Order: sequence, then C-alpha cells, then structure tokens
Amino acid sequence: MAARTLFDKIWDDHVVETLPDGTSILYIDRHLVHEVTSPQAFEGLRLAGRKLRHPERTVAVVDHNVPTSDRSQPIEEADSRNQIETLERNVKEFGVPYFPLLSANQGIVHVVGPEQGISLPGMTIVCGDSHTSTHGALGSLAFGIGTSEVEHVMATQTILQRPAKNMRVNVEGTPGAGVSAKDIMLAIIGHIGTAGGTGHVIEFAGSAIRGLDMAGRMTICNMAIEAGARAGLVAPDETTFEYVRNRPFAPKGEGFEQAVAYWKTLASDDGAHFDREVTLRAEDIGPTLTWGTSPETVLAITDTVPDPAQETDEAVKAQLQRMLDYMGLEAGQKIAGTPVDVVFIGSCTNSRIEDLRMAAQVAAGRKVAPGVRAMIVPGSGNVKRQAEEEGLDRIFLDAGFEWREAGCSMCLGMNPDRLTPGQRCASTSNRNFEGRQGPGGRTHLLSPAMAAAAAVTGCLTDVRELA
Amino acid sequence: MEKFVTLSAIAAALPQANIDTDKIIPARFLKTTQRTGLGKHAFDAMRYLPDGAENPDFVLNQQPWRKAEILITYDNLGCGSSREHAPWALLDFGIRCVIAPSFADIFFNNCFKNGILPIRLPREVCDELMGDAQMGSNARLTVDLPRQVVIRPNGEEVPFEIDAFRKHLLLEGLDDIGQTLKHEATITTYEKRQDRDKSWLPTIHFD
Repeated sequence: MAARTLFDKIWDDHVVETLPDGTSILYIDRHLVHEVTSPQAFEGLRLAGRKLRHPERTVAVVDHNVPTSDRSQPIEEADSRNQIETLERNVKEFGVPYFPLLSANQGIVHVVGPEQGISLPGMTIVCGDSHTSTHGALGSLAFGIGTSEVEHVMATQTILQRPAKNMRVNVEGTPGAGVSAKDIMLAIIGHIGTAGGTGHVIEFAGSAIRGLDMAGRMTICNMAIEAGARAGLVAPDETTFEYVRNRPFAPKGEGFEQAVAYWKTLASDDGAHFDREVTLRAEDIGPTLTWGTSPETVLAITDTVPDPAQETDEAVKAQLQRMLDYMGLEAGQKIAGTPVDVVFIGSCTNSRIEDLRMAAQVAAGRKVAPGVRAMIVPGSGNVKRQAEEEGLDRIFLDAGFEWREAGCSMCLGMNPDRLTPGQRCASTSNRNFEGRQGPGGRTHLLSPAMAAAAAVTGCLTDVRELA
Repeated sequence: MEKFVTLSAIAAALPQANIDTDKIIPARFLKTTQRTGLGKHAFDAMRYLPDGAENPDFVLNQQPWRKAEILITYDNLGCGSSREHAPWALLDFGIRCVIAPSFADIFFNNCFKNGILPIRLPREVCDELMGDAQMGSNARLTVDLPRQVVIRPNGEEVPFEIDAFRKHLLLEGLDDIGQTLKHEATITTYEKRQDRDKSWLPTIHFD
C-alpha cells in the first residue's frame, strides 16, 4: 500500500461508502453536543420522527451560556436559561448522556472530552463547534460542523465529506524562555495566515511539537481552525498514551493494550505525500501576541504595530487602518506597554491545569495592577478542583484575580462575562474578531503567562522581564 | 429546504476579506432555539449605530440593496465559528447566493444545507461583479444553477464549479439525511465490522 499520512489512515478507516461524485459517507465515533448549536437539530429530528442512531456514542454538556459566578442561584439571563433548559429536555427525551451544570465534571466541551477519555486517539469526533479541532491533539480526526450536520450525525452516525488535503507544519528545535504552545501557534498562524490551511487537515510535527505535553498540543490543534484548517492533528505517541491511560471512559486492561497497538499504527508513513509543508524554528519564536482583529495579525512582544502606509495594495491598506482604528492603536507604536483593562485566562484554548500553572507562576507573590479586572475561568470542574488542591486558587486570589466557575465565559461573551465598548483585554482565548468578547471590545490573544504578566503590570508586557 | 434553480436578483458588494461568522451574526444573538428570525441581526455591528439606528453608510441599509439576494465579498468569507446561525441570518435577510474568491470550509458546507448557493470565482471576476452590483436595480445578476453560470447585466456568462451531489440536492431541495439513510445497510455493515475490529472502543453510559 502507498505511504499514507495520519489523516489518510484515520479517514480510510472511517469511510463507510464513497459516492460516485467523490463524496464519502464518513463514520463518526464520537459526537459531542452543547446547548447553542443543538436545539434546532433536536427539533429537526422531532419533526421528522427520527431518533439518535447511537445516543451511547454521544455526550452533551452545557458550556457556552453558563454563568461562571455563583451557581446556587438561578441563571439570570432568560434566553440563556431557556437554551440550557431546552438542552436538558432534549437529552432526556432522546436519551443522550449529559453533564449538567451542577455536575462535578461540567466544563468546556473541548476540555471535558479529553479529560474524561470520551475523546480518544484514532477516533472521528465532531461537535457543533469549530474548536472541535482541539481533540486532534490526541491523534483523532476532529472537526467542527454546523447544526444541520449535527442533526445528520444524530440520525445517521455519519457525515458527508470529501477528503481534505494534507498539510504538515513542522516546528523544530527548543522553545526559548517564556515561549509556550500558544506563542508557537500564534507564530504559525502569523506565518501561514487565517486561510493558510483552508481545505487541508494540518498535522503538527517536529521536535518542538513532540516535546509539548497534551495541554500544549491541545492549544495548538485548537487554533488550527484559526489558520482555516478543517482539523489539526498530532500523531499519538507515549505522551498521548500516558495521558489517556486511566481516564474514566478510556479502555482499560487488555482493551487499552489493544487500543495502543492500533494507535501506534496511525503515525504518518515515511514518504507519505503532503500537499503543503511548512517548517518553523522554535528558536525564532518569542513571546507572541496579536495586535489587530484577525488571528493572523501577530507580533513578537518586542515588535511595533505595522504601518498601513508601507502597504501597496489599497484593500490591504484600508483593512490595516480599520484594525488600527478599532483597536485604538497608532501605526508604528511599540506593542509592549499598551495599558489593558481586563485580563481573561480561560477558554478551550488555554484553561487546563497546565495553563493555570503557567499563569500562577507569574502571578505568585505579585498583585493585579490597580484598575485592571483579571479573571481566571478554569476549563472544567475537575481542572478547578485540581488547581485548588495545588493551591493555585490562593495564589490567584491573593494577587487579586477572580477565581470563577468553568465555562466558555469571556471567550465569546454569551454569558454575562463581556467587555464593554473600548475596553482592552489581554486574553488567552482564540479569536480577536471585532466584538467577539463584547461589542466594541479590543482583544489581544496571548499565552497564559503573558496574560498574567499583563495583569500584574497593567499593560502588555514581555513575560521574560518578570522572570 | 427551498429548491435553488435560477435566481435573478439585486446583488450587494461588501468588499472586505475575512468576514467572519461573528461579524455575520454576533454570539449574543445565538441564544435562539429557532432557525428563523435572525435576519434583523445580520451584520449587526456594521448595520446599526451604537444607539440602535440604522447606519446609513452600510450597503444593506441602502436602496436598492436592502432587497439584495446575492452578496459578493473578498476572500475567506465565513471564517471562524461553525455557527449555522450565519447562513440562517443571511437567509432570513433574503440572501440566497454568496459569491467570493474563497470561503471558510464549515461556512461553505453550512450554506448548502440551507439552500444558499456559495460560488467561488476569482478575485478579478468578483471585482467585475461588484462593479455590476454598484449599478443597483438596473443591474440584476442571474445565477443559473443547471447551466452553472452567472449572467452579468451585459449578457456575459461566467461559469462556476459545483460538486454534482451538492448541485443535485440544491436543485431538488433535498434533505441530505434522507439521502444518507438510503445507505443504512452499508452503515450497519460498517458498524458490525468496527464492533469486531475495535472492540475496545468505549460507549458512554451514565448511571
């Protein structure tokens, strides 16, 4: 058989049938469901008199709308409450396993899946959420789908797809001080652009990727969608197997050994064909952040904001100027030293225990700068409990951070956690689009350590200066 | 789903790249449990001023483009979130066809599921069509799906590509769940093989 990539192997293993025009019916091993993109799908099933083909391959959780403050009180926002109650009625009616708001395991769907062993290597995983690419860190083919496709998966346990093209992004070498997975991924997106991966599945490889823990790999794959890719993947290896071992829903004993034997066969073959290949050196990447309203607008913290006058293409020039105006920045200014109003550490990109440890290391013994609101939103109830066992909550609370309940929170502001117009936020989330964190809000994407550095200095800061 | 066969309509130009789905429909409007009713929030931040009044400078607030059924943009239309609320909002506003040099993958798929035809055309052609769109109601574009051409006001025909299967579903207004369920026997066979070969694959049951 011809040499195949990791993507090719998972794809081939899940094709049920290929239709004459090249569209494949692809089998879906795991379907993750949340409250925002599912109500219309359940309603569609109901209207057509259909059921879930496999509720036992499906898991639902509430995350987007949930308050991250006191949960002993009813949810204040009526439409959020309605969406959550709708999910609760639907999972009951259709028999879907569900982590409710007050479950100890509740959290962001892309944190809960891997944490519980619900997402495993070699699987096909879908969810009505673009950041489903996160699960690709395990070596699974995981991608976001729309609500009509959610309904299609519920009814058929398959999806209609054409194969993606293969792209490999290699990051070689050893990252320097203050550089984490987030900095690496922002640098990659800056390099290939927000449409750089369109139509492709990106396999992340190279010694710097291999050297990342699973949380770091999840940060990388999470933002594959920000590079336009259908999915991100990292080949499963010993780091993966050790992570998966003993997770609540992972196979145990002999089943686990069989699974590992299979997972070991998935790595891309030598000589496998990639339609596109890009290589970066980890040593060239410093602490990195975004300055504009597209995730590709990245800078090293030591850099200056671009000047539209240097551009020749009129459309690009206008777009840069619009971003500067929206972000309240001057062409050519140094990005470091820009004052921030809010710091948000959380989201499916950076809310795992490893992320909180990196932030705590910077926050320890320091105080949040006067006038700055700094919030920590753990990715799941389990992350929160573990952080409390490690005493991280005390570090954050002593420094003046808010220590909140798990959810998507200010990444997209569907719950009350929102920026007000003009507020500038140092955020560990994944999108800096206009209005993403609240109408008129200004977002700088950066790592947990860089976010903590901004919190304690009150401005965008090179975290290496706080070492 | 409504069939899409031919469409002769006013086209609006939105000459921006990377129009993300947050821009098409911001997250705070996603709390609905319906597919309809989102049209009034489409392009909210561009369409309305901070006091809630219409922004007179925004093309979809101007005559005749308030009645546009075709939207033309630059690259990477629909990037970002997978929210199908984006095509739902466009459809509810009245848009049945979107034309751009490139689309984000999930948005592209979501359009087809809602009877919206996304057409990829080179940047230069999009520029020409945007020029046509400026002429407003004097310059309707016609999209002929069976023949796979966009017909410009000057009569020039611009061909476009589309997958045969997707074209069939659009022309017939077919729900693809029904199409897939015709292959149910094959799905069952696949599942039996998987149960045998990957018996370690866990199913999820809560007590």
